[in-house]
Amino acid sequence: MTSTALSGMMIVAAGLFAIGLFGVLARRGILFQLVALEVALSGPALGFVAAGAYHADPQGQGMFILVLTLAAAEVAVGLALFLRIRRVAGSDDSDAINRLKG
Amino acid sequence: MSPLLAIYAGAFALIAAALSVTRANAVHALLHLVVALLALSVSFFALGAAFAAVLLIMIYAGAIVVLFVFVVMTLPTAPEAMARERAALNRAWPLPALMAVLVIAPFLFGLGEVAPAAAAPVSAQAVGRLLFGPWALAIELASFLLLAGLIGVRHIGRNDRAPGGRR
Repeated sequence: MTSTALSGMMIVAAGLFAIGLFGVLARRGILFQLVALEVALSGPALGFVAAGAYHADPQGQGMFILVLTLAAAEVAVGLALFLRIRRVAGSDDSDAINRLKG
Repeated sequence: MSPLLAIYAGAFALIAAALSVTRANAVHALLHLVVALLALSVSFFALGAAFAAVLLIMIYAGAIVVLFVFVVMTLPTAPEAMARERAALNRAWPLPALMAVLVIAPFLFGLGEVAPAAAAPVSAQAVGRLLFGPWALAIELASFLLLAGLIGVRHIGRNDRAPGGRR
């Protein structure tokens, strides 16, 4: 793998993160924001794996496994919160819960 | 290792991801997410990271998407909800798009100087040695995180109105 290829992979990784960021900012439905968060997390994961492959270093894939663990925990808590919010507020719009009370 | 295939699959993943975050229907968004994750996995294979590719399919495209599917099953797919979602996206897209472009802009000028590449692909054995040797503490912390997530979800998801349930 040449350093040009590494640059290409990093652009793809940054693009994935940027698309995820766009989704989190632009969408209002909580479920869609969670999907966009998954996309955003997969960008850095690709970056770690590409850099690990470039340097032939297992630490890239090690970080990928940690990112995977984080994504699994995040999506479980996020979906539980989503179900809870829909039960309590009766809405799946993240603007509907912008005022917190105790 | 084939960098061209990796970048090709990565571009595919980019397109699928862009489709996934702009769909008004939750099921369509999820299907595009699965396509993006499978393309990303092909990219990992092409980079010589077979272990990460298999984990991506098993955990991301398997477990996490199944979790989403369970929640989508409880979701009303009314046309008015989809129309509301579409209208919100049509109203709100320019500023987030600007933010995304600002995030990606530095990468378009290249990475600058990087160290010369090493040749051999990384084996799963090397990853295992790393994780259960020098990184054992990180793995313990990850298991703490999963346990905290499990307890948190159990706490958030309990049903207060169930007869005989404790508050």
